[in-house]
Amino acid sequence: MGLVLLVVIWLITFISTYFFIAKTWWLPTGASAAAAGIDHHFATTYLVMGIVFVAAQVSLGYFAWKYRDRPSAPPARYVHGNNMLEIVWTVLTAILFIGLNLMSSSIWASERFRPAEPGATQVEVTGMQFQWYFRYPGADGKFGATKPELIDASAGGESALGLDTTDPASKDDVVTGTMVVPVNREVEMILRAQDVIHSFFIPNMRFKQDAVPGLAIHMHFTPITIGDYEVTCAELCGLGHYKMHGMLRVVSQDEFDKWLAAREAEKQ
Amino acid sequence: MATREFAAHEAHAHAAPQGFIRKWVFSLDHKVIGLQYYFLALTAVIVGMFLSLLMRIHLIWPNITLPLLGDIKPETYLTLVTMHGTIMVFFVLTTAPQGGFGNYFLPIQIGAADMAFPVLNMLSFWVTALAFIVMLGAFFVTGGAPLHGWTGYPPLSAVPTAGPGEGPGADMWVISIALFCIGALMSALNFITTTLDMRAKGMSMMRMPLTCWAWFITAILGLLAFGVLFSAGILLLLDRNAGTSFYVPLTVFSGQIVAHKGGSPLLWQHLFWFFGHPEVYIAILPAMGLCSQLVSVFSRKPIFGYKAMVYAMLSIGLLGFMVWGHHMFMSGMSPYTAFAFSIMTMAIGVPSAIKTFNWLGTLWGGRIRLASPMLFAIGFVSLFVSGGISGPFLAQPTLDIPLHDTAFVTGHFHLIMGVASIFGIFAATYYWFPKMFGRMMNETLARWHFWLTFVGTYCIFMPMHYAGMAGQPRRYSQFTELHYLEKLIPLNTFITFAAFVTISAQLIFIFNLFWSMKAGKKASDNPWEATTLEWTTATPPPHDNFGGHTPVVYNGPYEYGVPGAPRDYVMQTDPATVAAH
Repeated sequence: MGLVLLVVIWLITFISTYFFIAKTWWLPTGASAAAAGIDHHFATTYLVMGIVFVAAQVSLGYFAWKYRDRPSAPPARYVHGNNMLEIVWTVLTAILFIGLNLMSSSIWASERFRPAEPGATQVEVTGMQFQWYFRYPGADGKFGATKPELIDASAGGESALGLDTTDPASKDDVVTGTMVVPVNREVEMILRAQDVIHSFFIPNMRFKQDAVPGLAIHMHFTPITIGDYEVTCAELCGLGHYKMHGMLRVVSQDEFDKWLAAREAEKQ
Repeated sequence: MATREFAAHEAHAHAAPQGFIRKWVFSLDHKVIGLQYYFLALTAVIVGMFLSLLMRIHLIWPNITLPLLGDIKPETYLTLVTMHGTIMVFFVLTTAPQGGFGNYFLPIQIGAADMAFPVLNMLSFWVTALAFIVMLGAFFVTGGAPLHGWTGYPPLSAVPTAGPGEGPGADMWVISIALFCIGALMSALNFITTTLDMRAKGMSMMRMPLTCWAWFITAILGLLAFGVLFSAGILLLLDRNAGTSFYVPLTVFSGQIVAHKGGSPLLWQHLFWFFGHPEVYIAILPAMGLCSQLVSVFSRKPIFGYKAMVYAMLSIGLLGFMVWGHHMFMSGMSPYTAFAFSIMTMAIGVPSAIKTFNWLGTLWGGRIRLASPMLFAIGFVSLFVSGGISGPFLAQPTLDIPLHDTAFVTGHFHLIMGVASIFGIFAATYYWFPKMFGRMMNETLARWHFWLTFVGTYCIFMPMHYAGMAGQPRRYSQFTELHYLEKLIPLNTFITFAAFVTISAQLIFIFNLFWSMKAGKKASDNPWEATTLEWTTATPPPHDNFGGHTPVVYNGPYEYGVPGAPRDYVMQTDPATVAAH
């Protein structure tokens, strides 16, 4: 029985670990400036916690077998503990855990403490059941006013956001269902939600932030690889949660300018 | 100190009732109330498990028509998610370890005749039972049960037009939780008073079994946490029905502006998680205490580092109230606070690690008897480690960016809070069944149950970590809408099959439980050769627990493998005090 327990615990440990090491399922390919740092710290944490995991499970299985009760077994050791050991492992785990944490704090700080750089591409992201809308301020660099009483979700586009067309700043605002941004330039987003909480999640960009009704949350990230990336909603938002998806298209600056100009032209 | 406790003890003895109603229904006896809680939890876990099975079926075959139940629509899936989570967290993980085993064994293990307030105890059970009925009732009202998840984030949970089930079903859900809080608060008061005031002579705090410490600390957490959830629930009920706006900002649903505005959705999250994180420890601490107990009993060794174990549980309890923000790194709260919550959360890993080291230290050099309670205790340690090591990933806001609200989180908390606690409940059942029912459970069936459940739960929850890393969001009813999720369907199919096997294996347990009550081998008074007070009394214990006399305690609870002792253990009540202690 002790042997079976050892084999089962070890097998579970090694098979689980194999799939982590083989990266059979892993973080999606990173495509933002922050991805490399996050992935690196993920790997570091994985390595440290993986060692703890294997060490603890292997000794658990080994002890269960080695110290099993049988006629030839020596009597159990009558020990109540060891204060020195307690202090040693308390201090070691404290250093390990807090250390890991401090290592990653600079990434978090650069992601969330500083505002977006001047000159970043401006996009307003609005979540509503069950759709993402993206708004660009146009040539004037200003988002026009929106009014809740003007919202007409069924009409889509500008009307879904309740854009006030009498506001001059709204004249050149572009509203789309696909988010298009130029590569290698920071994107500043203003996240909003109309009805319930949604969460704007782009796995490849290592980006996630809740969009909360009543709040305008400013976030930023820098895409570094041209391509199409799926956007999902990561906060339970109602019956259509599973199909609330969108597309992020990262293109060259030229292509972006052309795309935006074409949208402006359509609007006129 | 002992004399005062001793005096309080006598006053609470009451005569054994004769009629069926007073004896088994509205009983004041903590043992009967413990069994009532246990069977309430057993009913709830069967419902909760069935809901999870439907969820797994829908995820893989979204278009299947089930006999009797028909189609599962996406909103029905979310209803299953909500009710599975709520029922499991409240009516299983909070109810069985504390209300069930705590009620039954805390008074006996400290040498008391009953809980401090027997009537309060009866009330807390019946309020909890009522809460469960109201919760199930949500399925049968117009619109059905709510779909807002067990965390019930407003505005989704606060605006009736936010989705199907957010009408009367959501009201029932909130009322049920508020009722549950009342029951839990009464129960917490009772546990705390009983532990402080009703200990037998010689039972100092530092001679209490670690199970009693765990129940005591859990009760303190309950007292501080459930009051907050209760208030939060009342505010939500007012937002839903009285036109207040604690949680509802200006919102527009399908072009309609909701009449009230000005509230903050984040307020609910703060209140909810101020309860919600301690709740994790409310679910797991009793299992930790029990596991410490069993590892010592079945290794025939004193627990390694008794005091360290007590201090570790106390620090987990204390730190447990300072980490709620780690559920909210992506919520839009200030990113600076994330820093503090993150450090506190990593700090809570330290006492958890200390406990694991001490369990391993207890096994080391023992003579381990691998009976079924011990198998589940070892299984608990393994699951606790596996669920624990993913904690430091989620505790760091940087890594929480890709992992938050993915299947990684689902895997993490199911291992550590769900299955690990459930293993605690199984271990407790196999361990105390002889004392509760006077018969042994069938050991062969128990072992089959262990192997299938142990391997099965790993097959279910380990792959969820992989799926989460690959970006699979939680609470998705199908994986058909996003291209990158399609490649995760085989992994999810594997999980569904593993769930089938594991859930079927629970039938072995349920059969064994009821069959052994009738036909199990007769148990002796102390079948596991354990030292604590419940094993000094008759099997099952008489109405006043110790048959007219009050035990006097001379020893600590973990005197096993004692050199020179006539047997290899010394009972807590054995006056021949151990020299080494």
